[in-house]
Amino acid sequence: MIQGIPIQCFLIVSTIMFFIGICGFIIRHNLITILMSVELILNSVNINFLVFNKYLFPHQLQGHFFAMIVVAIAASEAAVAIALFINMYRKFNNIEVENINEMKY
Amino acid sequence: MELNQIMFFLLAGLILIFSLLTITSRMILRAAIYLLIVLVATSGLYFMLNFEFIAAIQLTLYAGGIVVLIIFSILLTSHISHKFEQPAVANAFAGILTGILGCGVALWSIMKFPFTPTTQPALEVNMKQIGMHLLNTGNYGYALPFEVISVLLLAAMIAAIVIAKKGN
Repeated sequence: MIQGIPIQCFLIVSTIMFFIGICGFIIRHNLITILMSVELILNSVNINFLVFNKYLFPHQLQGHFFAMIVVAIAASEAAVAIALFINMYRKFNNIEVENINEMKY
Repeated sequence: MELNQIMFFLLAGLILIFSLLTITSRMILRAAIYLLIVLVATSGLYFMLNFEFIAAIQLTLYAGGIVVLIIFSILLTSHISHKFEQPAVANAFAGILTGILGCGVALWSIMKFPFTPTTQPALEVNMKQIGMHLLNTGNYGYALPFEVISVLLLAAMIAAIVIAKKGN
């Protein structure tokens, strides 16, 4: 563990970041900003995994692998989501959530 | 106050301020840049924990890959000088209420929980250890998730190309 910094400090930072992400997910109207809120949420969860690995279970490496898996899933999610946004922009000419309320079939 | 405490509070302050700015900024490109600053400060936290490999992944994949992808799609789909309207009052109220209530409950339970670390000796984290665990099929081996993630990445890549291509 790190001298002078208890585990709660890291957890408070990541908790506040998580709920800022949820707040942005609810407030925002543009799909890309919603995607950015999701990235904030995933990032705060990553901090939690690594801090638990460092402070509570320093004899294992589980936190590393979970963090890597979360990063890979975030990357693939961002790629698919942005492809969808570009397709929607072609169809509806904007990417606000209110205007997109029908699917193809 | 020691130097590492100053460093931690600097990074934590950067993360909190810029993540608030990310969700409140009315210019979309600025929001993306604030997100980039949040991700770089997070990798600074990982460097403080002595996890160099994960910090490097954070810098290259998140800050280098995902933010560039987001900025690219912003340039394709939005006008740079366009400013968002203020969110509706009911919407903003619901969001802020959810945030504060959830944050309160989570922080209360974090403060009450007694965290007890294990007494076993710490493992030295280096590239060799991570690689041995990641490609190991025995106990505490992560070969199967590694392969599953590679298939997932391939599927996501093909899906992105199929969805975004023009026409049928």
